[in-house]
Amino acid sequence: MASAPAVPVSSATLPLAIDALVKRFGALTAVDGVSLEVRAGECLGLLGPNGAGKSTTIRAIVGRVIPDSGSITVFGARADSAQARAALGWVPQELAVYPRLTCKENLVAFGSYHGLSGKQLAESVAWCLEWAALQDRSGDLAGKLSGGMKRRLNMAAGIIQRPRVVLMDEPTVGVDPQSRNRIFEMIEALRDSGTAIVYTTHYMEEAERLCDRVAIIDHGRIIALGTNQELVHNAFASRSQVLARFAGPVDRIAAWVKSHGGRMVDATAEFTIERSIEIAALLDSAANDGLELEDVSLRRPNLESVFLHLTGRELRE
Amino acid sequence: MILPIIRTAIVSLRRDRAALALSFILPISFFSIFAAIFGGQRDATPKIHVILVDEDQSTASQQLVHALQRESSLVIMTRPTSKDKTATPDYTAATAEDSVKAGDAPVALIVPKGFGQNPISFGPAQTGSGIQLLNDSSDIIAPQMVIGLLQKAAMTSMPVAMAEQGMKYTDRYIGGLTPEQRKTMESNLDTLRELQKNGGLDTTASSGNSSGGIISVHERAVVGENKKNPMVSFYAAAIGVMFLLFTASGSAGVLLDEADSGTLDRVLSSHITMTTLLAGKLTYNTLLAFTQLTVMFLWAWAVFHVDLFSHIPGFIVMGLSTAVAVAAFGMLLASMCHTRAQLGAVSTLLILIMSSVGGSMFPRYLMPEGMQKAGLFTINAWAIDGFTKVFWRDLPITALWPQVSVLLATGIVLFLIARRIARRWEFA
Repeated sequence: MASAPAVPVSSATLPLAIDALVKRFGALTAVDGVSLEVRAGECLGLLGPNGAGKSTTIRAIVGRVIPDSGSITVFGARADSAQARAALGWVPQELAVYPRLTCKENLVAFGSYHGLSGKQLAESVAWCLEWAALQDRSGDLAGKLSGGMKRRLNMAAGIIQRPRVVLMDEPTVGVDPQSRNRIFEMIEALRDSGTAIVYTTHYMEEAERLCDRVAIIDHGRIIALGTNQELVHNAFASRSQVLARFAGPVDRIAAWVKSHGGRMVDATAEFTIERSIEIAALLDSAANDGLELEDVSLRRPNLESVFLHLTGRELRE
Repeated sequence: MILPIIRTAIVSLRRDRAALALSFILPISFFSIFAAIFGGQRDATPKIHVILVDEDQSTASQQLVHALQRESSLVIMTRPTSKDKTATPDYTAATAEDSVKAGDAPVALIVPKGFGQNPISFGPAQTGSGIQLLNDSSDIIAPQMVIGLLQKAAMTSMPVAMAEQGMKYTDRYIGGLTPEQRKTMESNLDTLRELQKNGGLDTTASSGNSSGGIISVHERAVVGENKKNPMVSFYAAAIGVMFLLFTASGSAGVLLDEADSGTLDRVLSSHITMTTLLAGKLTYNTLLAFTQLTVMFLWAWAVFHVDLFSHIPGFIVMGLSTAVAVAAFGMLLASMCHTRAQLGAVSTLLILIMSSVGGSMFPRYLMPEGMQKAGLFTINAWAIDGFTKVFWRDLPITALWPQVSVLLATGIVLFLIARRIARRWEFA
């Protein structure tokens, strides 16, 4: 994973700065005081469950949602300025391409909408097709592409104007693992070229692989921000997690787990321990209380654990 | 098992407003429109406007004019209507013909000098003193109605003239029935019989002269007399406009697809503003509609011999004006609707009603007067009127200004409303 460049930044050089962003829809506060900064060549993950406020934040940055308060600047310019708009690329969650146009025609169309023309447009289209590995399918209708290819075209259309800041809103939704890997490679290549990326997802694995820093967002608020290691360390220090499955009545198991400081997650008992010796004590206690052990494992906490630890809920709830 | 299926279908239909509208409102609307047109509502029967020129000013001609003015189904115009209420000179034969050509009235009657000396003509049509009927041949009903009412008026308004004429005939052909007179009568009857046998006696109602009545009428079409296929240009415009409206609303519906797929959001996040986007779509839909009309009229030219190429300037002006109006209409519908299904139902409902009231399905002159006026609220009526001026009346482009003004103004206003409503897509 590439690390963020350690160069001094000012508001004019900072690709993206969000300060105290608030957006309400009626009584619902979708974004509640979000503040973030993204540096060049950095991929910042916005990790949170559905409805956490990730997409609203992205749409506010790209000008599709008008914030109630707060500010958003792109290289020091207001997000709704022409300068900011030229620097911003957006890959929406939806497959926002023209199904009856070919891949190339789609890229030409979106390039033209961004003011590209002539040689510059042709070069950009060629670059995007190569980046998305769609050169061989450039003449195919977008509507006829496979799901993974459509996603890649959707991403290519979002960076056709070669933006320095790219906002990706769950770009791998509905994509098979093989295509997902290809998309990861595209994003890594983009990041390595110095592009600042904001990447929203509710897949912990994606955030762990792609993101230099992760902002965990829930109910419109950033509840934790840092690198993967920082988040895990802040939440769990050196502790590990024991996952155990027992046979028997669920209510009895749940009561026992609770009395021993653990919690039930999908019929699995989860305990956080400081030292591995505590495992033996737990299992002895279970046996003494008549619980039949089916399976036990030890794992290092991950972002999923952090989210659960912070919110009491799972990411995909 | 059947009951749950029926219940599910009923619940689905009840919640699908578009399907409900198509199922119930559209048929009722259509029924009402057709019932109003053809249902024989006496008060609403269309009155025929007739220009009348009395060149004779004799007692007989004046009696005839007064009788015609009393006819409730005719509107007799002896002078042009003035918008500023000032007095205008009476029609002359020449201005009456011009007015029929301009479409002010479908029929003009000219009572010539000398009519009063010999108003009644039993038997074959007379020449010289017969009444001239000038008509616009696009309206095939009005002249027949007027001829019939003219004969009725003559029968009721000129008993003296009829008696005098009867006496003349009796005196001329019968006399006192002396053997000599009888011989003369027989001889004349033989001549008449011989004429009938040889076809020299016209006993059929010809299109040129109406000899079936007691007044001789010389009928002459002053509009469309040289047209090869009189009604085709009307239907090319009438049907064309109706389908243009369908195409325009369908094409504008792409906006809903784009909003649904997120493409609209993506486009609006680029340098394209909503105004630019809508203006681009309006231009495209206008060109699409104009191309459709062009193809339609080319087909009419190739297959039905509509004289397209000698009316190119008028066709372009009317075609583009119509295209702008229908394109803006489609954009307004698309901006108002939230789904494709809703758009489909609303557009079908509105376009079919507009087309029936506006004259795309049958000529407006067949409709009651109130409905003819209601038709003026439709794009169809103005477009058809304009194309009729171009292809039927051979009027110059300058005569199209009312239709062009209304269509362009409609286009601009509908587009501005669509732009206002489209704000819902701009920001959240």
